Amino acid sequence: MSYPGLTAETIAFQGHNGDKGEAYYARPTGSAKVGGVVVIMHMPGWDEWIIETTRKIAHHGYAAISPHLYFREGTGSPDDLGARVRAAGGVADDTVMGDVEACMKYLRAQPNSNGKVGVIGFCSGGRHTYLAGCRLSGIDALVDCWGGNVAVDDPKALNAKRPVAPIDLTDKITAPLLGLFGNDDENPNADQVNRTEALLKKLGKNYEFHRYDGAGHAFFNYSRAPAYRADQAADGWKKVFAFFKKHLG
Amino acid sequence: MCSYIVEKAKLFGTAKGPGSDWMKVDTANVYYDHPYEAQLDHALCVDFVCEAQGGRERVAIEISRESALELIEKIKAALASGDDAHSKATEATCSLAGSQAEVAALF
Repeated sequence: MSYPGLTAETIAFQGHNGDKGEAYYARPTGSAKVGGVVVIMHMPGWDEWIIETTRKIAHHGYAAISPHLYFREGTGSPDDLGARVRAAGGVADDTVMGDVEACMKYLRAQPNSNGKVGVIGFCSGGRHTYLAGCRLSGIDALVDCWGGNVAVDDPKALNAKRPVAPIDLTDKITAPLLGLFGNDDENPNADQVNRTEALLKKLGKNYEFHRYDGAGHAFFNYSRAPAYRADQAADGWKKVFAFFKKHLG
Repeated sequence: MCSYIVEKAKLFGTAKGPGSDWMKVDTANVYYDHPYEAQLDHALCVDFVCEAQGGRERVAIEISRESALELIEKIKAALASGDDAHSKATEATCSLAGSQAEVAALF
């Protein structure tokens, strides 16, 4: 076999409220029509791992774009920008939804688009993915990787920036949803995942959840040895790409 | 656990990182969460910043829970022993007024 080539670069994009920021865009070379994927970064920042993950998805045949959700904080290293965002209480849901929607529009506007767009997110990006499924139209596949605070037990987690627990909007989800979770995770913990799954089932949503023993939060992340679980991550990625194949082509 | 929960401590002082100049700091943002760099599942993280100057620069640490507890104890111990030594020095200055042998014995 031969591996397909890909092109990857940082591009300018217009996000929520017309704000101009950066996104990392990787796609297969060639003229074939492909599905698109918006890759939503994890809370620590727009770091090397999320950029590599974007390229991985392109390597598997999709046009993948990862918006820099902290670009409004200006220039600086990913960790410094992440620290500023944390100190300011995080990013607002409305802003993230606007940025994700802009990326979806960007993907569909490309000449290689087959018209289908999925969304995948990790950690806080998993929550953003779930929320996007509730609030944005035109999504063909959702992959929530251990998104915390989908079900909210601590009232302090709700505020002006994040006013609604995504689980409370579950009835609005129309796209198929894949969820991957570690059973040792604290956020979301097993009980919260149980409740989310029970509600999806009750509402008749198209979903599949896979839950891994011996894994906690961020078990795909090979750059963090205490979190990474090679076997579970390998199986999880297979499920991600099977899901994308089914729904994005 | 990837929360946005941050404890803010008001400070007066300065901080310095490798290759940088001293900077004023007026706030410590303290959180216990997944670290960015340290190979720990969770870390006690402190970002020393100067909010009065925009808070854009920081001096940061990410340490284990055990390290944080050890650090707390050592800070308390250092303050206690320092307070004790300084109060003795002050008393000596007032009462001895130039007795070099007794002042020197304090250090």
